[in-house]
Amino acid sequence: MEYFVQQLINGLTLGSIYGLIAIGYTMVYGIIGMINFAHGDIFMISSFIALAVFLILTSVLGFAFLPVVLLIVLLVAMLFTSAWGWTVERLAYRPLRGSFRLAPLITAIGMSILLQNFVRVTQGARVKPLPPQIQGGIPLMDGMTDAGPIVVQISYMQLIIIVTTVVLMTVFSLIIAKTSLGRAQRACEQDRKMAALLGVNVDRTISLTFVMGAALAAVAGLMFLLLYGVIDFYIGFLAGVKAFTAAVLGGIGSLPGAMLGGLLIGLIEVFWAGYFSVEYKDVAAFSILAIVLIFLPSGLLGKPEVEKV
Amino acid sequence: MTNTADTRIADSIRDAFIAALLVAVLGFFFLALRTDIAPGGLALSTRWGLWFTAIAIVFAVRLLLNLFVYRAPAGAPKPESGIGKMAHRLSGYSTVFGYVMFALAAALPFIVMALFPVQQRQYIDLAILIMTYIMLGWGLNVVVGFAGLLDLGYVAFYALGAYSFGLLAFYFDIGFWVALPLAGLLAAMWGIVLGFPVLRLRGDYFAIVTLAFGEIIRVVLINWSDFTGGPRGVSGIPKPTFFGLDFTRGEGGFADFFGLEFSTIHRFVYLYYIIFILAIITYFVTARLRQLPVGRAWEALREDDIACRSLGINIRNTKLTAFAISAMFGGFAGSFFATRQGYISPESFTFIESAIILAIVVLGGLGSQIGIVIASIVMIGGMEMLRNLGFLTQIFGPDFDPVQYRMLIFGLAMVLIMVWKPRGLVSTREPSAVLKEKKKIGADLIGQGEGHKA
Repeated sequence: MEYFVQQLINGLTLGSIYGLIAIGYTMVYGIIGMINFAHGDIFMISSFIALAVFLILTSVLGFAFLPVVLLIVLLVAMLFTSAWGWTVERLAYRPLRGSFRLAPLITAIGMSILLQNFVRVTQGARVKPLPPQIQGGIPLMDGMTDAGPIVVQISYMQLIIIVTTVVLMTVFSLIIAKTSLGRAQRACEQDRKMAALLGVNVDRTISLTFVMGAALAAVAGLMFLLLYGVIDFYIGFLAGVKAFTAAVLGGIGSLPGAMLGGLLIGLIEVFWAGYFSVEYKDVAAFSILAIVLIFLPSGLLGKPEVEKV
Repeated sequence: MTNTADTRIADSIRDAFIAALLVAVLGFFFLALRTDIAPGGLALSTRWGLWFTAIAIVFAVRLLLNLFVYRAPAGAPKPESGIGKMAHRLSGYSTVFGYVMFALAAALPFIVMALFPVQQRQYIDLAILIMTYIMLGWGLNVVVGFAGLLDLGYVAFYALGAYSFGLLAFYFDIGFWVALPLAGLLAAMWGIVLGFPVLRLRGDYFAIVTLAFGEIIRVVLINWSDFTGGPRGVSGIPKPTFFGLDFTRGEGGFADFFGLEFSTIHRFVYLYYIIFILAIITYFVTARLRQLPVGRAWEALREDDIACRSLGINIRNTKLTAFAISAMFGGFAGSFFATRQGYISPESFTFIESAIILAIVVLGGLGSQIGIVIASIVMIGGMEMLRNLGFLTQIFGPDFDPVQYRMLIFGLAMVLIMVWKPRGLVSTREPSAVLKEKKKIGADLIGQGEGHKA
């Protein structure tokens, strides 16, 4: 039981990170109907930016008060990652708008390879370890397992991740629901041509969608860096595929769906690793992707796709 | 008049300035700074020189492009240049070009041996590599180019072919020629097994599920150590024999039997001809299949699957045959890869490999067989050429390692070619069914598996 609760907490934490990345996939897919394959690498880029900003603040400028440092890191990483997201869209996807449907998917794969190797060449191929910054946690319950006594606790790090995710989700849901930008996004999602005719600046709206997705990926990048403390140029691929799985599981195009899918994928992965086998945890994620797509193509919260003839 | 020229220069400078600013922002944390592992944690080092150089280069290039290249007024036909033009013109004489290429490829080892006696081994090895990718490209083309299904996990079948042979040789001591058809059959069977569940999917979803299958196969190969050898792979895979003759020195070897002087190059030439013949078989089988009812069904499926269904074509079987045939050629190529290397491990079958094969098919022009040859030579040849750029170390200092930049340039090329020519290097297609006379059509007229267009 205690082991179960602990795994549940771990799964929710991991799931929050996947959910944040999944939103980027789901928003882009909703609005232009393409899989932004490079989104996982935007997440990877953001974790490198976060690491660099963190090192500048702590070891070069000598700030020591951690909450302020992390807040600045978060804001700077979001800003710079947004620039990356914007540029990728501008250079690789916008010229292909109106081309055949698979064209942007193929440039996205090229972009993903390009970003990975750009980081590998400029930052080196070795992993970058960052010692844990936030220690301790809140003990919730004591118990015994076969392996010995266990204290179920939610660490401050996990608490921060879950709270940040909830806050950001609320903010972004409000942006989509209440602001004129959100209205424009929903309009483009329903009918891009009609939206353009009614005076919505479609290109700008799509750019801003990429920017929002990248900003959320940056939050996930920082959380990943702090939680695992190890990053390299290749983390984007697996995280990206899993987050995409999450987006599909929740119903692509649906924001709450992406979050729900992220949490489910996180839980499944953690429980699979905890109870069955660590080696095959990636197989679990991939199999779920295949099974969901085959039996439930519109996901848990998605709208079924209507085929017009 | 001067007024417009002035504004144009001003605009160009402004635009170049914005581009440079963007590079400054994007590159700051990657070019100007570098984190490295140092004693006691991580250390930051700065590289302002690199950062400023990158900004300056982008500014200058963007300015020059604005002033001299992008000057053509909008609406004027864009001049076609370089490889695209060449490919376009060559495809106009595709039959003649095909024969010339064929003759050249058939005589290649001897041409290489005559012209480059010193580096013959290296060049023949490169030719073998390119030929392998041409074969894989033709195999994948059945699914992607003909049937219009984007398969991102083709490497799975390549891996299955390689492991089939590797494990058959390891457990049952089976030679290359017996294992080759078995590997193809096994891969085709897996093609059907993996193809069955994804039949209902289309477009991007299909692509992602095939990617997932490719990764599942790789993870299983890594973790099933008892059977597959895990990350260590399978080694000691036998070399192919020439009607029972080994390519070894001394009694009973190939050289001894034919009274030739022993040379290691014989085996390379022999390997080249094996892959050459396999590739040619792939070409003819796929080209003929395209003319048969099943091939026409593939193309009909690509153009409009709803119309296809209403005409009574069995979509399930059509897709499965495409998948199985494509997988079979992947399996053949895989077992050739195993015998060439003598050693296989899951490392060789990553997603990148699928991306490379797909890039060859797409960049060559989806569905164009000759385009695949051109794209393989450009991409694989180009990537291998980067290994020989050792002289650049004199410019960039001794730390410069051109091999590191291979994948970077590969990714960049994939994006640029796609943006520049979304329909691939060969921009015309030959319809498989014609009325009266053969006529080429523009690639834009070909659907790409987008299903029914409303």
